[in-house]
Amino acid sequence: MNGAAGQLPGLLVCLRATLQRELLLVLRRPGDMLNPLFFFAMVCTLFPLAMGPSEEQLAFAAPGVLWVAALLAMLLSLNSLFLSDHADGSLEQLLASPQPLVVLALGKTVAHWLTSGLPLVLLSPALAMAFRLPAGTIWVLMSALTLGTVSLSLLGSVGAALTVGLHRGTALLSLLILPLAMPVLIFGARTVSLSAAGDTYSMGLFALAAYAVGALSLAPFATAAALRISNE
Amino acid sequence: MSNTLSAHKLTLVRGERCLFKGLNFALGSGELLLLEGRNGSGKTSLLKAIIGLLELETGEFQWNGMPVRSQRQEFLSASVWMAHRVGMKPDLTASENLSFESTLRPLNNCDIEEALERLGVLRLKKLPLRSLSAGQQRRVGLARMLIARATLWLMDEPFTNLDREGRDLLTGIISDHIEAGGLCVLAAHQDVAVDVPTQRILLE
Amino acid sequence: MWTFLHKLASPPHFFSYAKGLIPWFAWPGYALLIYGSFAGLFLAPMDYQQKDAYRIIYLHVPAAYLSMMAYVIMAVAGGIGLIWRMKLAHAVAASAAPIGASFTFLALATGSIWGRPMWGTWWEWGDPRLMSELILLFLYIGYMALRGAIDDTAKADKASAVLALVGAVNIPVIHFSVEWWSSLHQGPTLVRAGGPAMDTSMLYPLLAMILGATLVFVSLLLRRVRSEVLQREQRTRWVKALVLSPKGGR
Repeated sequence: MNGAAGQLPGLLVCLRATLQRELLLVLRRPGDMLNPLFFFAMVCTLFPLAMGPSEEQLAFAAPGVLWVAALLAMLLSLNSLFLSDHADGSLEQLLASPQPLVVLALGKTVAHWLTSGLPLVLLSPALAMAFRLPAGTIWVLMSALTLGTVSLSLLGSVGAALTVGLHRGTALLSLLILPLAMPVLIFGARTVSLSAAGDTYSMGLFALAAYAVGALSLAPFATAAALRISNE
Repeated sequence: MSNTLSAHKLTLVRGERCLFKGLNFALGSGELLLLEGRNGSGKTSLLKAIIGLLELETGEFQWNGMPVRSQRQEFLSASVWMAHRVGMKPDLTASENLSFESTLRPLNNCDIEEALERLGVLRLKKLPLRSLSAGQQRRVGLARMLIARATLWLMDEPFTNLDREGRDLLTGIISDHIEAGGLCVLAAHQDVAVDVPTQRILLE
Repeated sequence: MWTFLHKLASPPHFFSYAKGLIPWFAWPGYALLIYGSFAGLFLAPMDYQQKDAYRIIYLHVPAAYLSMMAYVIMAVAGGIGLIWRMKLAHAVAASAAPIGASFTFLALATGSIWGRPMWGTWWEWGDPRLMSELILLFLYIGYMALRGAIDDTAKADKASAVLALVGAVNIPVIHFSVEWWSSLHQGPTLVRAGGPAMDTSMLYPLLAMILGATLVFVSLLLRRVRSEVLQREQRTRWVKALVLSPKGGR
């Protein structure tokens, strides 16, 4: 089984088990993963309906539209990150375990990205083509979305941990996270529109990557601290 | 090896209410501490404070004579907490839940199947927890105590939802644990008939 | 040293000495503000490019500076409260938020009024400074919303401290991203007031306004912290004794 009896299982064992547990849970309830994805597609559809079907206008607005929709879809899925664990008492068990909470929080956040960020990235080329984005821009969009959604998952996990167990937590989560997420939106959408216009966009990708690295190294600690506070 | 859990001048405040002030106790290997008191008297809060979920206003816990604060990981490795809620995922099966739990703390020699067998729920191991009755879920939750190599058991109303046979079974499990040199802090509003050295704290 | 600091931070002690401190900040602060606004509005020469419109900087610059200062105070106080479990620090953080939000709003309003004659519009999307201030206002709103949503004060203190710290780490990034965002489009490029080539007759009133506003800010903060402390400690013996004393706590 997991290491020798009597010793605390290693961090990687624990991280892998957390990931496995979360993915299994999503498999049992695929709606949790699919709903934000459908939401993403639907929000993207709203814009052509609202703006009219002019291809030129749509292609111009596409980077912004895709990014705003992705941001909102991530926000929607973040709400449930710690909610069910809090409701069934398993979060308290995680807090009472000798394993570092940072590792458990990181595991849950990685699982969140795999089940909500990654599907958005994979769906985005289809929407990009529908919006008539140039073919060369699509991989830029995908890499920007990958880096951006990683940051959003990490940043959002802090907000989700702060608001878990509060009434009206959903609206509050958006209030907390949206202003913090603005750099990601700016870098992400701008990178894609620069690339679509044929300008140099590497600066935006670097900034997104730097943000993701920063978030990866800081956010899990803030999430762990916030979880302890929320469960007092 | 013998272990001790002691509390020194604990004061715990929840919101505006002071639950207890200047509380002391000392518990050694092979002893049971019963927390008694009516609903809302702070039994659950005291257990949560021991496991570190609630911050004390003043005072400290010591594990083997050293402050818990300075050795949190060692202390948590030696403890396991049975909360009022089972604390497992209803969508996962008993064995999936327990195999995740087994990565959370040091393990005993007792594996998951043995633990479920002893609690009489082995045949339910492939069913999602939500399809089990409340008493059966509690039995699965108790398996957590059996697979962990923990000397300190913290139990919050463990007899809830258990039938007579289940209560007898649990009483036996607790006395086995204590006779093997374990410690147990148990919160209950009904009397517990465990034949081991017992201390009582009545919370007002 | 530590016992001295500890005593300084104890709520009843703070409550009594802060009262004596307030006038020392308030009076010089208001005096400087009166001098600064008189000199700024009447004595300082007109700007040859912006005419009289530039004079709003005497309000805008102190407000913008204090809006960020208050956030820093909030985050640092929250951090101190988290690490050293100092109750007074949390009271400071809680009190700094509404004051900071008001200054942020003032900075936005004056910036927008200034923009009307300069850009011909109340709101110029391309201006990075106004945009940063707006996001800062959103950060304050989120902070206060989180505080308001948690009933337990101790929990609200800690949760909002984590949020303020995350926000403080993000503010430079937000600022940088907004700068980059606005540099990409050809907006109206006007030299903002406060450049290096500012005449001393314009500069001194501005410095007086900044210093005066800071002093007034400190006095407001102390005032708020005092009432915050009183409210938080309402169940304690010293507050009861204070209220029952002949002077009635004043």
